This record gives sequence, C-alpha cells and structure tokens, in this order.
Amino acid sequence: MELQTLSYLVVGFTFAVYIGIAFWARAGSTQDFYVAGGGVHPVANGMATAADWMSAASFISMAGLIGFSYQGYGGSVFLLGWTGGYVLLAMCLAPYLRKYGKFTVPEFIGDRYYSNVARIVAVICLIIASITYVIGQMKGIGVAFSRFLETSYDTGLGIGMVIVFFYSVLGGMKGITYTQIAQYVVLIFAYTIPAVFISLSLTGNPIPQLGLGSTLISDGTYVLDKLNQVVMELGFSEYTTSTRGSTLNMFFYTLSLMIGTAGLPHVIIRFFTVPSVKAARQSAGWALVFIAILYTTAPAVAGMARLNLMSTIEPTAGNYLQYDQRPQWFKNWESTGLLEFEDKNGDGRIQYSADPITNEMVKIDNDILVLANPEIAKLPNWVIALVAAGGLAAALSTAAGLLLAISSAISHDLLKSVFMPKITERGELNASRIAMAFTVLFAGYLGFNPPDFAAGTVALAFGLAASSLFPALMLGIFYKRMNTAGAVAGMLSGISVTLLYVFQHTGIMFVQSTSFLGNMSPNWFFGIEPNAFGAVGAMVNFIVAMLVCRFTAEPPIEIQQLVDNVRSPFSAGAATGH
Amino acid sequence: MKSNAAEYWSANIRLILKLLAIWFVVPFFGGIVFVDFFNQFRLGGYPLGFWIAQQGSIYLFVAIIFYYAKKMSDLDDHFDQRQLDEQQLDERRLQEREG
Repeated sequence: MELQTLSYLVVGFTFAVYIGIAFWARAGSTQDFYVAGGGVHPVANGMATAADWMSAASFISMAGLIGFSYQGYGGSVFLLGWTGGYVLLAMCLAPYLRKYGKFTVPEFIGDRYYSNVARIVAVICLIIASITYVIGQMKGIGVAFSRFLETSYDTGLGIGMVIVFFYSVLGGMKGITYTQIAQYVVLIFAYTIPAVFISLSLTGNPIPQLGLGSTLISDGTYVLDKLNQVVMELGFSEYTTSTRGSTLNMFFYTLSLMIGTAGLPHVIIRFFTVPSVKAARQSAGWALVFIAILYTTAPAVAGMARLNLMSTIEPTAGNYLQYDQRPQWFKNWESTGLLEFEDKNGDGRIQYSADPITNEMVKIDNDILVLANPEIAKLPNWVIALVAAGGLAAALSTAAGLLLAISSAISHDLLKSVFMPKITERGELNASRIAMAFTVLFAGYLGFNPPDFAAGTVALAFGLAASSLFPALMLGIFYKRMNTAGAVAGMLSGISVTLLYVFQHTGIMFVQSTSFLGNMSPNWFFGIEPNAFGAVGAMVNFIVAMLVCRFTAEPPIEIQQLVDNVRSPFSAGAATGH
Repeated sequence: MKSNAAEYWSANIRLILKLLAIWFVVPFFGGIVFVDFFNQFRLGGYPLGFWIAQQGSIYLFVAIIFYYAKKMSDLDDHFDQRQLDEQQLDERRLQEREG
C-alpha cells in the first residue's frame, strides 16, 4: 500500500482509539478530574507516567542529540539526567505527597507553608515551567503531522488540538491517564521496532542494547570501535569519549536535569492517582522501567544510525558517495530541509567532514536519526507509518499532562482557594473544564505563533523546577522546622539566580540582543552552561531557605503535625504512637 | 523511648541516605568524573565508563527504586503489625482492669 495512505490509516486508527477512551473515561467528579479517582493501578500509572514524561523531544530528537550535537558520550547528560530524577522522586517526594492526598503541587506548598503567598509563587513557577514545555509539544504535533502526513503545519496542529481538547476537557486526569496508557504502547513499539531491525541488520543481535556492544556482521569489529574510527577519520572527536564542555559542566548538567525532573509538577501529580503510599513507590519503579526501555534503546539508535548514515556517505575510506547516486531516503529528507548538501568543490561527490570549510553536508538535523531510521534500514512502509503515530503519541501525551497541571493550578489553586473559596464541587468541576479549554486554546495559540524564545525554553522549565519547586517540596517533608519565610525566600532566590544566569547569557526571554554577557563559554561561571545551572539555583534555594528559617519563628504546632502525618504511611489516627 | 513514628522515620532516612549514596556515586563518579579510568576496562564492545553513563546507571536506578519500595513495604508491615499488637495489649490490659 502507498506509504501515505498507510500512515493516514495507522494514525487515524490510533486517534479513534484515543477518542473512544475519552468517551469511556469521562470525569464525574473533581476527584476524577484532578486525580483520575485515585484508584489507578501502580503498573498502569507507571505506563501513563512514562508516556506523560517522554515528549516529542525524547521520541524524535534525543537519539539525534546524542549522536550528532553532543557527539556520543556527551549525550549521557540526557540519559542520566532524565532517568536519575525518578530515584529522587520515588524516595524523596512521591510517597509523602501521595499520603497528603490532595490534588495539586501548589496546594501542598500552600498548606505546608500556611501561606497563600507561597502557594501563588508555586503556581507561577508551575505555570511558567509547564507553558514553556507545552509550546515544544504543540510544535512537535505540527511537525510530526507535516512530515509524515504531508499536511501543512497549521492543519496538523489544528487536528492535534481538537483531539487533545476532546479527551482532556471531557475526562480530565481520568481521560488523560487511560489515553496515555494507549499512547505509551504505540510509542514504545514505534521506537523499538526500527531499533531492533537496525541492530539485527548491523550486528545480528536483535536486542539493540546488546547490539551496540557487539561486533559488526560486515567486518567483525565492534560497533563502537568502528564508529570511533569513522568519526575520527572525518575529523570529529572520538564518539565514546567526547564530553559536553568540561567534566564539571557534565556533572552539573546531569544533576540539574535530575533535580528538575523530580520537581516537574506534571510528573509529580501522576503519583496522586494511585490508591496508596505503597503503590506510589512501586509506581515510580514501573514508570522508570517503561522509560528505561526507550532510554536504553536511544544510545543504540544514536550510534547505529549515525554509523549507517556515515557509511552511506563514505562507503569506503576516502571514497565519497556520488550526489546523483544518493538513495531515495536522502532525497526525501532533503526536500523537507532536514538534510542539506552543497557541492563546495564541484566534484559531484558528498564530502562529509568536521571542518566547516570543506564539509558539504551543510545541514544534518538531529531529528533525522529517528525519522529516517526506518528508511535507512529499508524497513517496510507500515513501520514508517507506525513511527509517525509514535511521534504523535509522544507529543499528545506530554501535552495533555502539562495542560492538566496548568489548568488544575488555575481552577483549584487560584480560583477555588484564593478567589472563590465557596464554590461548589459541581461548580469547580465546570470551572476546571473551562480552565482546561482555555489552556488548550492558549497553548494552541502559542503553537501557531511560536515565540522567538521557544528554542531555549526547555532549559528554563528544568531550571525553574529544579531551583524553586523541588527544594520547597523536599524541605517541606524532610525539615519540620522549615517555615513560610524560609521557603518563600528560598524559592524566590533560587528562581532569581537561575533566571539571571540563563538570561544574561542567552538574552532576556531569549532575545539575543538583550544578552549582556553573550553566550560565550569564557563568560560562563566555572564553564557551566546555562542549561546546566538549575542545580546551582537549587543549592542557592536550599542555603537561603535554611538561613532565613534559622532567624525566624518556627512553624505552628499544627503544621508540625501535618509533617508527621505526611511522613507516616498509616492512617492519621494510628500514626502518633506515644 | 522513641515513638513508633519517630523510629519508622529514622529507619526510612537511613535507607534513603544509603541508596542516595549509591545513586550518586555510580553515575557521577563511574560515568562522569572518573570515566576515563573506567574506560580502560571493557564490557564486550562497550568501554566500561561509557556503558555506565549510557546503560548501566539507568538499570541501577530501576533497581534502587524497587529495592526501596520493597524495603519500605516490609517496614510498613512491620510497624503496622507492631501498632496492632500494642493496641491489642492495651485492650487486654483494659479488660483485665475491668475484670
């Protein structure tokens, strides 16, 4: 069957499934809307969390980031950072926040620090972090549609929005949870099937994680040795050892992503949906299992697809491919602008090199590794159609989770707690639906008109989550003496330090001309790049919070009891053994 | 004597500190700070340090979480049981006094 027809069929089928689930999982109460009724099985929640977590960036861009931009080993910062955060989440946040048993992250901060100021600061951090994140997902939906289904970007985004609108407004967290489970299944098959085939064809080993450590069928050398040799011949640095900046930079980059991951509200609220504290701990483990399946496959895709690409361009050492003999996938992706060739020396061959003067592959987009992978590996059309559905599933599932985090902060934390405390349950459910509808429209608007700063914003999301929310939550649970003044001072100073550092190097709201130090590595503090600064912001937050707390009154006795209650998994009455 | 709740909490903290030490040392030292040292050794075609950074640490993270969940679940049951025992003891004492 024609590829495009097939893609429409596969994507159409998955969308029909999502809509079917939306009807089945309608929300009947605020409990349903915010936490899916609180009865989701830990394994099911783990799967939903994995889909919620793995965005268009994880699915489409990460392998290419590892393979190209971060030159192999340097890409470890993403692999470690985006998985290691779950350990923090499982041990330091999820079980206790589940025990508290409320609906949103700012709600815990507001109650624990007995202050609407703290709550509103948390809402603002949550909204900035989540909105910057959701813009990327909206763009991902438009891009996936336009590349695979050859619609325009706007049409694709419009269709995607209608689908998300449907199941998130109708079902809230309940609808989102069950669609995310379906989306996980789609995206994980779409990711691993091409990886299995490429591993099989290069090494004879069907498991990509083992394939990357095996020998090539063609000449018996190890995949990674061959890769090192090929990239170094072209003047790139060694694949298995080239770091991202200094060792210190890699250290902080990884730590920032870990802390940021644990502090992102759309991930934390997923753990409010399971039935118990025990279930919350187990569910974090399952979430990481489902995430690890993709994250341990990604380095194999990165290494093998890069090797494949390079041996296509340079079949034997020093002998470059004739441009007019390039394969069909090369032509396809050239027409999308993801690959660009410029015959600088006019010999009709494709010279690929690390030297920008002689290099003729003037553009290799990171996304090409995953998108073109099935074609490079000569897989049947249904696999390519599946990859399209997988990319869309990844973008839709993350967008929905973020939208819920934003809209529940608005309807529950601002409306219900601050402005209209007397609103009825029925009224709040309607308000949360309206808030969700507006959030979807607003995110869609940003997707249609992506602001200039969209590219740099993921760093901002992680930086804010790491420097504001994570320390406030952790201190609230582990340090009984922490009070309002300490927490608010800590959050504000953590955010300020992080924002100042990011903006001074990349421009205010990422407008280049307003950058007063320039994004140059000599100006970086100890060589730490702006993306890696969240961990420093978190440390500032911890230190300031502790200092201010020392010099101000300790929290009231009922707050200390609240902390005791959160720490104990037993029911409130039994917890205080005297 | 420490209350049950305080004892339970300090057992939890000890376990968390132990596991966080492993969580920190393996990826950050094995995969980043001393990666060159570990890269002298090989695991099949993988240089060991590279493997720790791109594969091994992720498997370790999964193991840490399930280990923690199992240990805490046991701890919960233990303290739950103790609480029940103490309640029964209290009830029996009460009955004896009344009887």
